[in-house]
Amino acid sequence: MNCVIGPDNILYQTPMFREIYNLVGHVLPCWLSYFVAGLVIILVLANAVLLGAAGFSWAERKLIGKFQNRVGPNRWGPFGLLQPIADLLKLLFKEDLTPGTADRIVFLLVPILMVAPVMLVLAVVPFAKDTALANLNVGVLYILAVTSVTSIAIFMAGWSSNNRFALFGAARGVAVLISYEVPVVVSLLGVVMVAGSMSLADVVTAQTLPFIIVQPLAFFVFVAGTTAELNRTPFDMAEAESELIAGYHTEYSGIKFAMIQAAEFGGVMVASGVITTLFLSGWEGPVAHWLGWLWFLIKTMIVATIFIWVRATFPRLRIDQLLAFAWKFLLPASLINLFATSLEVYFLRDAEGMLTRGDLGIMTGINLAITVACFLLFGSMVRKKVRPVVPNRAPVLPRGMTIVEGD
Amino acid sequence: MTIRTEPMTVNIGPQHPSTHGVFRLRVTFDGEEILQVEPIFGYLHRGTEKLAEERNYTQVVTLTDRLDYVSSMINNQAYCLAVEQLLGAEVPLRGKYLRTLTAELQRIAAHLMGIGFIIQDLGALGTPLMYCFRSRERILDLFEMLCGARITVSYMRPGGVYFDTPPEFWPALDQFLVDFEEEFKELEQLLLENEIIMVRTRGVSPLPLDVAINCSVSGPVLRASGLQWDWRKEEPYDAYDQVEFDVPTSPDGDNYARFWVRIQEIRQSMRIVRQCIAQIEPGPVRAEVPLVLRPEPGAEAYGRVEASKGELAFYLISDGGISPYRCKIRSPSLLNLTVTEHLLVGFNLADMIVTLGSVDINMGEVDR
Repeated sequence: MNCVIGPDNILYQTPMFREIYNLVGHVLPCWLSYFVAGLVIILVLANAVLLGAAGFSWAERKLIGKFQNRVGPNRWGPFGLLQPIADLLKLLFKEDLTPGTADRIVFLLVPILMVAPVMLVLAVVPFAKDTALANLNVGVLYILAVTSVTSIAIFMAGWSSNNRFALFGAARGVAVLISYEVPVVVSLLGVVMVAGSMSLADVVTAQTLPFIIVQPLAFFVFVAGTTAELNRTPFDMAEAESELIAGYHTEYSGIKFAMIQAAEFGGVMVASGVITTLFLSGWEGPVAHWLGWLWFLIKTMIVATIFIWVRATFPRLRIDQLLAFAWKFLLPASLINLFATSLEVYFLRDAEGMLTRGDLGIMTGINLAITVACFLLFGSMVRKKVRPVVPNRAPVLPRGMTIVEGD
Repeated sequence: MTIRTEPMTVNIGPQHPSTHGVFRLRVTFDGEEILQVEPIFGYLHRGTEKLAEERNYTQVVTLTDRLDYVSSMINNQAYCLAVEQLLGAEVPLRGKYLRTLTAELQRIAAHLMGIGFIIQDLGALGTPLMYCFRSRERILDLFEMLCGARITVSYMRPGGVYFDTPPEFWPALDQFLVDFEEEFKELEQLLLENEIIMVRTRGVSPLPLDVAINCSVSGPVLRASGLQWDWRKEEPYDAYDQVEFDVPTSPDGDNYARFWVRIQEIRQSMRIVRQCIAQIEPGPVRAEVPLVLRPEPGAEAYGRVEASKGELAFYLISDGGISPYRCKIRSPSLLNLTVTEHLLVGFNLADMIVTLGSVDINMGEVDR
């Protein structure tokens, strides 16, 4: 029996799916082999996210340990590499508590809603040439749509837990997510315009120069916005540990807690992959035909390391300052970037709407200048608010002084 | 359409990562803004004052370790000063210097924890805190050389200190001062000019000087409100009249000022430690006092020191027996807490945590 899928099927462009489908098709009926092939790539996807999360949690603990003059996990496995598995096993066997006053169904749905978008996003990210599990022609839009589900999940967690700290965390989290969604979307418009396509595979091939230097402002806005959406310091409003205990997931324990953590750590890996694809020319590199996956992996790890580094370094902002940062700096900056990029694309593109490497070089020069100007402007605005240190200028009251009661 | 809203009351603590012990604040919020705040404490009450009446004078030293357990040397010192006043005993010069030296080292350790936890409360995930702990560990190692204990030292006794220094102590101390100078510079660079710390702490929870004085606030919190008041200067005890140091103050009274004053005090403490090393001379470390102390009946004494958190005092009354008739502890953390409501109302949840950190309370001392 020979099963064939037509080019109109979205999975046609996935070589891995085609091969498994053909292979299994020799033994099984077509409908079943379609199902089996689909299941296999879903397994690959889920494992990629969960192993990425495990690896990231290890890397984060180890690296933050190094940043803080500590050792980090070092007991189980070489360099403590098996620590995430031990953590997972521990959480699996812990009692799974649900507060008596919780809204049980909503409470139960949250971990699923947290993990699902993370896995879904990875489906459109190309690991190497032609390896995206689904090469959507609206890939960028798809990523933005899927990730915004997280804000609903956070609010569901806060509301259903019936815990006031969780409610605080949820209210903050939703405010942050909604505010940061706007500049992130606008910053991505610049990328999409330069690439001329929303498909992630096309965005990678369009990067004859990496977009991190062609669109530096968009890169900064996107990374800052992603940090906020991933709830990581300095934007970790929703779970601000020192203020809200654990924020929206205060009441979660056992395997539900593990799932929320997996979503968070996996989210960072997936976000790093997306940033790599959109700004660091994805799998492109020397011998990309054979080693594309390696370049993708290395770049993703570098971006993830930057996320860890930021987390180990910055104190947290207050919620009003955080929202002010989104609306007063990131949004104007992304709009400036959008405006400049659209003008550049309009004047530089050739008759077929294509941009050559030279055009990208010109854009790089202009955009770098705009970025520096933006940072200087914003920096001077902030500096006005931060008064300099005042040394010992207090009056020394004389011995036996009397203090008159003030108003 | 109008949406009905109502204030929300939240119990911050007694189990909360940022209350620095088992402390509870019942806070009424309007959104994130604080409308009303009520500090509730007593969860760590161990009856230290009553226990002191059941122990003999020397044994009470071990109880004082457990008051403010991050500055136990200074607690020892306050108690021993009170007992010496009861007895009329005079501490030998080397004993005085050793007390000053260890008390200042302890002040550095306590302030390091104080500033580390302010930054931790700001949400910095422990990195500055670990930098502070790295230096604090070295101080605790020095204490271990002196008396075998790191936290509950019980090093000072009525009449002086219990042990003279072992030979390896002085080179280790010199090495610590050299290393700490570097580490502290690094810490200052990281923290003092940090924009996020500035925007989070400048102008937040200011404490006017008149309120501070009316509420008997003392220590760095008082000095951050602008008054140059330090018992080491006003009423020098032990060897503080032999050393030179400044009392840093800041007129602002906000969270940043409290944070800044602590960092400057660490500098001054290092100065005192250096002078102690230069001036100390060989000799006895403890006065000749009997094993079981029996002060005159009816004798009263008030021994006070400038502890890391403010004025710490022991008021002792003797009935001629082997244990105090009454031992009253004036703990700075408890009295510094009286301004809580003034500091917090009108600010929001995130600032509340930082303000609590900047007042730097210790529940062991608040509840006693």
